[in-house]
Formats: sequence, C-alpha cells, structure tokens
Amino acid sequence: MELNELSIKLASFETEGANFESFLVANEGEQEVLQVIVDGNDELPIFVTQTEEQLLCISYLFNEAEVKTELRHELNEALLKLNVPIPLSAFAKIDDQYAIFGALAVSSSFDEVTHELVTLADNAIDALDAVTAYLNE
Amino acid sequence: MSILKKLFTAVRGGAREVGESIVDANGIRIFEQEIADAQNALHKAKKSLTEVMAKEMQTKRKISALDDSIAEHEEYAGQALAKGNEALAMEIAEKIGDFETEKSEHDQVLAGFSNHIVVLKQQVKDAEKSIKENQRQLTMVKTTESVQQATMAVNSTLNTNESSMTNARQSLERIKQRQQDRQDQLGAAKQLEASANGDDLKAKLAEAGIGEQNQKSNDILARIKAKQNG
Repeated sequence: MELNELSIKLASFETEGANFESFLVANEGEQEVLQVIVDGNDELPIFVTQTEEQLLCISYLFNEAEVKTELRHELNEALLKLNVPIPLSAFAKIDDQYAIFGALAVSSSFDEVTHELVTLADNAIDALDAVTAYLNE
Repeated sequence: MSILKKLFTAVRGGAREVGESIVDANGIRIFEQEIADAQNALHKAKKSLTEVMAKEMQTKRKISALDDSIAEHEEYAGQALAKGNEALAMEIAEKIGDFETEKSEHDQVLAGFSNHIVVLKQQVKDAEKSIKENQRQLTMVKTTESVQQATMAVNSTLNTNESSMTNARQSLERIKQRQQDRQDQLGAAKQLEASANGDDLKAKLAEAGIGEQNQKSNDILARIKAKQNG
C-alpha cells in the first residue's frame, strides 16, 4: 500500500474507538513520510515510512536532554526490559530522541496497519506516563 | 564485517554526523551485485542440476536394461549347456562379457553424475543462503538509510512546529487533559440527553413520590377499596 493511499483510507476510517488524521510530510529526499495523528493527540504523532521490506511506524517520546542525568542508566535498563512485554511496539533511540516504534511487513492489510497505529498511539501515551518520573521537572 | 556489527560500532562511537550514511552508496551496490551474482549462480546450478539428474536417470535406465540382457543371456547360456552345445554357450558368454564391460562403463558414468548432483545441490544451497544473507544485510542498510532520511524530514517538521515537541511532560499533560475533557463532554452529553428525554424530571418526580404512574395506581387502589367497602 502506498502511503498516500493509506492517508486517504485513514481519513474516513474509525476503529477501536479511534480516528485518524494524516498528511505526508514535506520532504526533499526520496523517503516519503506520513504523519499520523490518532485521536487528536498531535503531541505524539506517528511517523510512517515504507521500505522495500517493512512499514515502520515511529513515535518520538522525549529528548535525551529531558532525562534526569542520574536516572539515565536506570531508564535505559527499564526500557530494555519493557521491550518484550509491551504489545507490538518496541523502544528505540533515534539520534538523541527516545522513540517507540512498530514494524510491519509491507504486505500487511489495512486493518493490521490501523491496529498497529492505534496500539502504538496507546503505548506511546502509556510509556510517557510511566517514565515521567525519570524526566526533568 | 556484518552490517549489524558495523552499525553497532557506528552507534557506539556516536561520532556519526546526522544524515551521514554508515554504508555508502557503493556499499549498497556491492550488496546488490552480490545478490545478483548469487541469483545468477543459483539459476545456472538449478539448470545444470535438472540436466544432470535427467542424464543420471537415463544412465540408470541403461544399466538396468543391461542387467536384464545379462540375466537373459545367462539363461540362454544355461539352456545351450543343457543341450550340450558348448560352442554356442561360449559365444553367449562372450556376449555377456560385452554387456558387462558396457555396464561397468555406465557405472562409472553414473558415479560421476551422482557426485556432480551432490556438488550442484550444495551450490544451490550456498547460492540460496548467500542471497538470503545479503538481502538481510541489505535490508538493514536500507532501513537505516530510510530512517535517517525520515528523521531528517521529521526533524524539519518538528523544528517548524517546535511547541508541540519541546517537552514530553507537557505533551503528556495536554493529552491527559484532552482525554479528561472528552470524558467530561461525554458525561455532559449523556446528562443533556437524559434531560431532553425528560428522564431527569421523571426521575426526580418519582423520587419525590409525585409520579404520574403513582398517582394513577393510587386512584385505582382507592377505587377498589371503595368497591369493597361498598
């Protein structure tokens, strides 16, 4: 599925009690990026990119600079340990941004993609809620 | 060095400039070339394999035909001997000798084919492995690249829209507030609907014992009582 096709489908779709807004990020490069907002939570947008093999859905959580320095190691350890129990998503770090992401096969159906997006959006909020203790006031 | 190891080293070093490719375009071309070569080799090996397997079957058929002829002629020789025709038996024995020579030649050829098949099968396996391995590595390179490109695009979006991403705490508070607002709205909407339907007032009346329904049944009860007394 092409990203713009996904965007059009998402616009008129509602699932698991969630709705979507999405638009393609203006991008000079060859890499298309679709920004998806689930349930109006534009603070935690999901960025969807497609490669030959997979569809990557990434949500940026917080910057390294926001982490309390003395708790950084503990936070990293906790995130690694949470990677397995958290459904469908995994924690990651992209440059100095902590992120949560999910990867799908490019052959995934529309329902699978939306399920991934909704789950990722919920996971992102839960994750942020869970780690606030580690972040600077 | 595997790509994952290279990536690991690059990440650990942290010296990488944003947007700098870990594997250059040349590296990707090398992977793609290796995949193409392996696919070529696979194709050739598979083609040779079918050819050799066909030849092996042909040779096996020939050998089994020769076995049949040998058995047949041994039978003939036995019969010739039984009839006391030693000269004819000798002639047949020579013929059997020819068959056996021919058979041992074919046996050698067959052994050659069988060995060749083992080699070709190994080549097919190796090529398939190589393709899979190179594709896996190439996927890592390409994913890393596309995530980098996507990150650049995302960063430029976020920079123009900075307020939305500056602080995770604030983001979370805003989201929680929105969820709360939504629940409040839902609660308010339910209340509004209830009062629009008059459920609200009815409930209050009922609570106060002034309900229409109550009034009627009281009347009925009073009527029945009056009849009984009358």
